[in-house]
Amino acid sequence: MFNKILIANRGEIALRIICACREMGIKTVAVYSQADEHSLHVRFADEDVCIGPARSADSYLSVPAIISAAEITGADAIHPGYGFLSESAYLAEVCEACHIKFIGPDPNVIRLLGDKARARRAMKKAGVPILPGSDGPVQGEEEAIKVARELGFPLIIKAVAGGGGRGMRIVRNLEELPKNVKTAMREAEAAFGLGDVYLERYVESPRHIEIQVMGDHHGNVVHLGERECSVQRRHQKLIEEAPSAALTDKQRKKLGATVVDAARAVQYSNAGTFEFLLDATGNFYFLEVNTRLQVEHPVTEFITGIDIVKEQIRVAAGQRLSVRQGEIEFRGHALECRVNAEDPVTFTPSPGLITAYSVPGGPGVRVDSFVHSDCTISPYYDSLIAKVITYGRDRNEAIARMKRTLEMTVIEGIKTSIPLHLKILNDPDFVAARINTSFMERFMPDKNAGKGTLAESA
Amino acid sequence: MNLDALKDILNLVREHELAEFEMEHDGLKVRIRKAGRESVVTQAAPVAAPAPVAAVAALASVAPAAAAPPLPVDAGVPLAVIKAPIVGTLYRSAEPGSTPFVDVGSVVKKGEVLCIIEAMKLMNEIECECDGEIAAAYVDNGQPVQFGDRLFAVKVS
Repeated sequence: MFNKILIANRGEIALRIICACREMGIKTVAVYSQADEHSLHVRFADEDVCIGPARSADSYLSVPAIISAAEITGADAIHPGYGFLSESAYLAEVCEACHIKFIGPDPNVIRLLGDKARARRAMKKAGVPILPGSDGPVQGEEEAIKVARELGFPLIIKAVAGGGGRGMRIVRNLEELPKNVKTAMREAEAAFGLGDVYLERYVESPRHIEIQVMGDHHGNVVHLGERECSVQRRHQKLIEEAPSAALTDKQRKKLGATVVDAARAVQYSNAGTFEFLLDATGNFYFLEVNTRLQVEHPVTEFITGIDIVKEQIRVAAGQRLSVRQGEIEFRGHALECRVNAEDPVTFTPSPGLITAYSVPGGPGVRVDSFVHSDCTISPYYDSLIAKVITYGRDRNEAIARMKRTLEMTVIEGIKTSIPLHLKILNDPDFVAARINTSFMERFMPDKNAGKGTLAESA
Repeated sequence: MNLDALKDILNLVREHELAEFEMEHDGLKVRIRKAGRESVVTQAAPVAAPAPVAAVAALASVAPAAAAPPLPVDAGVPLAVIKAPIVGTLYRSAEPGSTPFVDVGSVVKKGEVLCIIEAMKLMNEIECECDGEIAAAYVDNGQPVQFGDRLFAVKVS
């Protein structure tokens, strides 16, 4: 087992990883930018290293700074969290070269699944249902037109090197196609350094369903059930839940088995999430694989009782998964609200000093957060300040617990998305689980969805 | 910027309970940040000062109820603090056992190598930002350094 793990991240997830390490008796190293000097993850790690100025590119995204910090502290493993360098095959390779264990899949698997077009091909080969689309990048407008005639409309143009909803354009008819392909290629080149785009059928108002997967280095791969993340705005998830009210047991078993087979086919190890769209007629379409821990992992932890971060560490240390598929049970229902430091109506970021902070406890409540009274939310990083997760015997109890928890949460000094979350939780369609990725449109100040960039999920 | 002006700034910071204050004036940058209940004053002289500026040396923390921060003996001499631009292990000489690049008292020129910071098996030479004389060396040979750690203080000439 590792002696010391360096956490290449910040905020709530850095604390989450520190929690697992503490429980396992593993020493921790926090890295921080100058803006995070007083952050809780620095305070609660055994050692800390300042790795750069506030700007992420010079700190949390700096491979040399992170590796150097591991070297001077003698860390034998690095956990990359989510975001930042968590899906960087380059960091994983440098770790290998420096004899530091990267807690995640192998670099070549990260690379394969990080390339959206290659991932689609690999999944198609493994028998995973994929959205009809071009089998690789389209070489320009003429080929795009040819492919589009076969695929049908509406379709979506996606950047091969994109992700998180960026570099996507919806096209509803043939006339709009050539100029959108041209613009998309130019934008992709500018944003991601690679102008390659591919085409996919576009599903109207799908549900976003994702399957949590874990694999070890002894040939065991399991799935930990699905999460539904349909409540999202511009590809940013707001509320996630497990299980999905839209899946039957039969569908769950079938999709889970398909995903496990696909994970095996690409020799997947450690944690990962396979994302799908579910259309109105019950068809699943593969979207992408996130080769890392996800923000919303706590809802899965609640309904399975499994500590995903501990499993990640165990797998990376060469141990077997602590459960077999047959031992995994799904009980109850869990919800997660991502509390952001932003205006609940306009979504403008709201950094600043938190003057009062209080969250209630009680049965079935978990709060993953790094903020506290008197802490300053800086403008340099994302706006997530707390994840409030509730568990109940069924979906209604989980909702009731979430409502009372948010109503009794006090965060003063900055604006938060809590009022918006409460609106969602009180919405009849949400309560009836009549949700899909268009659900949030009713709360958006501009009802301009589908104008060229809005697409299905992140 | 003289001592009275600095005192005024510190008082303003305390009075208005500012968490952080930064200012640039006549080529001199002053940054004051409250760590808990203390006010920490740090100052870096400009990289290429056109004319000598009356300044205060880098200071330690100030007690909450105290008056102005203590002054070094030779107030009025600009001090440049060279900080680590990367994370790594610091070496004071080119090879183990050879003489250090510089020591307290060494006269240095802008661009001169002061030390090496090793990161990921690469030796990075850290250069002096100004002409002057080494007034202090804060890190011993072979010690790890973080981003922003003080390495040397240079009396700017």
